[in-house]
Amino acid sequence: MAVIQMKPKLTLGPIAYHWSAEKRRDFYARIADEAPVDEVYLGEVICSKRAPFHEGDLPETIARLNRAGKTVIVSTLAEVMLKRERKATEDLAAMDMPEIEVNNAAGLYARGQKPHRIGPFMNAYNEATIAWMARQGATHVCLPTELPAEAIAVAASAARDLRLGVEVQVFGRASLAVSARCYHARAHRRTKDNCQFVCEHDSDGMPLRTTDDRAILRVNGIQTQSESYIDLLPEMGRLAADGVSHLRLMPQDVDMVGVADVFRNVLDGTLCTDEADRHLAGLCGAVTLSNGFYHGTAGYRRMAVTART
Amino acid sequence: MTLAELICPAGTPAALRTAVDAGADAVYCGFQDATNARNFPGLNFTPEELGDAVAYAHAKGAKVLLALNTYPPAGKVDLWRHAADLGVRLGVDAFIVADMGVADYIARTHPQARLHLSVQAAASSPEAIRYYCENFGVRRVVLPRILTIPEIRQIRTEIPCEIETFIFGNHGLMVEGRCSLTNYLTGQSTNMNGVCSPASDVEYARHEDGSMSSQLAGFTIDRFGPDEKAGYPTICKGRYTTSNRAESYYAFEEPISLNLSRLLPDLIDAGVHAFKIEGRQRSKSYVRNVVRAFRQAVDDIRNGRAANIADLVALTEGQKQTQGAFETKKWR
Repeated sequence: MAVIQMKPKLTLGPIAYHWSAEKRRDFYARIADEAPVDEVYLGEVICSKRAPFHEGDLPETIARLNRAGKTVIVSTLAEVMLKRERKATEDLAAMDMPEIEVNNAAGLYARGQKPHRIGPFMNAYNEATIAWMARQGATHVCLPTELPAEAIAVAASAARDLRLGVEVQVFGRASLAVSARCYHARAHRRTKDNCQFVCEHDSDGMPLRTTDDRAILRVNGIQTQSESYIDLLPEMGRLAADGVSHLRLMPQDVDMVGVADVFRNVLDGTLCTDEADRHLAGLCGAVTLSNGFYHGTAGYRRMAVTART
Repeated sequence: MTLAELICPAGTPAALRTAVDAGADAVYCGFQDATNARNFPGLNFTPEELGDAVAYAHAKGAKVLLALNTYPPAGKVDLWRHAADLGVRLGVDAFIVADMGVADYIARTHPQARLHLSVQAAASSPEAIRYYCENFGVRRVVLPRILTIPEIRQIRTEIPCEIETFIFGNHGLMVEGRCSLTNYLTGQSTNMNGVCSPASDVEYARHEDGSMSSQLAGFTIDRFGPDEKAGYPTICKGRYTTSNRAESYYAFEEPISLNLSRLLPDLIDAGVHAFKIEGRQRSKSYVRNVVRAFRQAVDDIRNGRAANIADLVALTEGQKQTQGAFETKKWR
């Protein structure tokens, strides 16, 4: 097996779910000590009501991860509408350290020309948009999850020419939609304002099934996610060859240190992708794995990859 | 009081003429390709048809807005640029855009062109709207259907551009421009291809007990009893089960139409400049009836008369309707 040239960095995306402060502290302690990831994104991206539960721990978590040699980036909210959301976005945009990843145009407005990363909710679909963002101070762009391989290659090449980091999600549920309405609250016959944080009981999303009992989607508060976890293990060689510099693992409620190990070992060339895929499937239990978006087909599908690096 | 323009859908040249004749202040339409968010078979305009449409509308004092409101995937940006160049040559009155690269191209290449920010850009705060106004010279924002009237009134005081809101038609649930549900099940993207729950992937299956399933790409989106009318399988209007809901329920929203007739006076008072009617996929007769009724109502309100709201409410008679987020934030 070949070692992947121009080895990309492995990153850990922000936690999408409403995990308790304690669960988060334990999670990041273990990530700091054991997970072979280079960069970690923190912060609440989905629901501004959740932030007060864990934002107090942010400075300590950042320090802990930094001590472990990991770069930390704080991500901003994907949806900014209410006063508290506008304020939170403004406050993060005013920070000098650590780096920030912007997920809403309100964040871009607040950040101005100061350096920032572009998050996956910013819809950086193409080279023209990436060039525009680079002129406004973007240093790094995370591409939309649904972008197929050919478009990723063109976008990555353009981003590299502009000296931008370029990132693609290679593991975890895909974000498929966000809404102003909270579907977790709705399932429990509540509204967003009196949700009583029912989303905390679904640490890997609330499963929706079709009437003929087929798993289809996951609800995470205002967010709708894929039922399957994206798995681009076998595609990492092509991603690296196409100029993608960062590969993102999204935190799921599985052994994420184990997941990071598998991806790291494939990047380092110490594990072949067939074996890695088996390891990964073992770690993910009953959850299906998919790579359809990357291959330009229905996102839930899993396409066989023949050309392996 | 603002002018309260009526912005009407034109899926075909015939629908465009119908909307103009029925009193539209402006019509919006798109080309027959991925550059617009209603890239459905049998809809939209050839360049020649759009040229004729612009002439027809202008002769009757109506404007034509060209929707270029999808997101070009990398490597295909030229299709959107050419569409913009063509729109300028054909004399359209404004472009409705979402992608920053497309907005930047039009702002630099055609600085005289008027830009409207599509609902697909999902700008729902004064800061986000100002970003597009200050960087691309956007003159009007189409607000996401997620804001209450007090919120719209507040935003109005904090932004330098006009506001357009949806008042009637399909009621989208997800933040527009951030939804990949269709691509997840069908492989066709709403953002990149302008496709939503495409008809080519729809099937209906009759069961022995007389019930009917509606399916999208093989996934059952809803099941209807023998006496229920089977609806179209739009993913976010389907019925599903979950842990605490063994009986299938509308996990996102019921199949429902947005109808803000009753709120028209409040919206005008809140400073909304233009009202958008959804429905480029609708028939000529639908467009005629809806445009005519809203024309009458808006004129009545602007002339200080009580509008005959009952006629507008009747437009969705037999269907469920909602005032969505506009009426109360409990919707959320």
